[in-house]
Amino acid sequence: MAGRLIELPAPRGPLSEQLFEALEGPAHARLASPGVPDSADPIADEDLQLALYVAYELHYTSIRGVDERWEWSPSLLSFRGALERPFEEAVAEMVPPAEAAELESVGAALQTIVAEDPGPPLSRYIETQGTRGQVLEHVVHRSAYQLKEADPHSWAIPRLSPRPKAAMLEVQFDEYGGGNAERMHSVLFAKTMEGLGLDPEYGAYLDRLPAVTLASVNMLTGFGLHRRRRGAALGHLAAFEMTSSIPNRRYGNALRRLGYSAEVTHFYDEHVEADAVHENIAAWDMAGGLAADEPEVAADILFGARALLQVEARWASHLMAAWEEGETSLRAPVVPVPA
Amino acid sequence: MATNQSAGDPAVTITPYPDGPYLVRGDFVVTDQEGNELPTERRTIALCRCGKSRMRPFCDGTHKLVGFKAPSSQEPWPGD
Repeated sequence: MAGRLIELPAPRGPLSEQLFEALEGPAHARLASPGVPDSADPIADEDLQLALYVAYELHYTSIRGVDERWEWSPSLLSFRGALERPFEEAVAEMVPPAEAAELESVGAALQTIVAEDPGPPLSRYIETQGTRGQVLEHVVHRSAYQLKEADPHSWAIPRLSPRPKAAMLEVQFDEYGGGNAERMHSVLFAKTMEGLGLDPEYGAYLDRLPAVTLASVNMLTGFGLHRRRRGAALGHLAAFEMTSSIPNRRYGNALRRLGYSAEVTHFYDEHVEADAVHENIAAWDMAGGLAADEPEVAADILFGARALLQVEARWASHLMAAWEEGETSLRAPVVPVPA
Repeated sequence: MATNQSAGDPAVTITPYPDGPYLVRGDFVVTDQEGNELPTERRTIALCRCGKSRMRPFCDGTHKLVGFKAPSSQEPWPGD
């Protein structure tokens, strides 16, 4: 498998137009600040989320025709910061502050938070009623994260004290295949995409992903890249693991119902067992360990968990609403090739 | 912490997690009563503690759906 390389997507408004035009020019040319983007709803703002997504992708992948030195260009970082601020504020508005009692046991608080998941029953719908087309759309949405599964959280590793770091590595080592590239979760997801007749190439569906899907990955990348959000990054990972086993069993069941083989369902089946292990380590040893070592970030751990659930709820509602109208939840439908 | 193995540590540690499964770390095998090995593919495994998993003896996260409650440390005996 070659290194990552994506194409610049089509711009969706003035911010992405300005950014992509600059990226095609020489690195360290000055990218003018966009000022304060005026966005009524940053989480669903196609232009803002795409521009932020591509600005972040410079850290994950090569982009055809783009000088890799743009990654650390001061004007790029300043442009990115102008997009991050309204987005960060919009997420903060969705998340209630942690209560003092919750901070006494972050592990127990995380259990309560995930038990009160505000989202619609997307995985149950897909398990019992999802059409083949809807199941494929769900996979395409998820590809934005799953083809780089574990990478966004891993930015946080060097910022941790020994106890949460060891716990996080225990989880991430397994996510990365336990020393076997073939078992790496991102590789398993690519195999599932292939089995479904979808293009498993990293970034292949970027033009089709709506803002709300990009927002869920952008939020996580932001938590990972900013050291000050290490608490949120770990809270996000803990809640992600804690809400994974049961939905993934349902997604596997959906594929079985539609007649797909064990090879195609393997990614989901693997996550049932893996995340039943990870969720405990993530909540108690990793997040709990960070809260014990750095009590000042404990509230941000719970923020990251709640932010994940809120943004996922918004994303899941988008899918369910589109499907209820008989429409695609993507910006353009996907046409699978016969397997 | 159960996550660190070093000289002098036991070969295997079994840790009950709060309201969750037993995590097993170290140099272990899982067998059925006949001595047949049950395949395990990861360094750390989770054994069902709530009894409701659909892939016993391994945990599948169902304890969260059934409201399973149990501490990590030993429960006092006799219970009340």
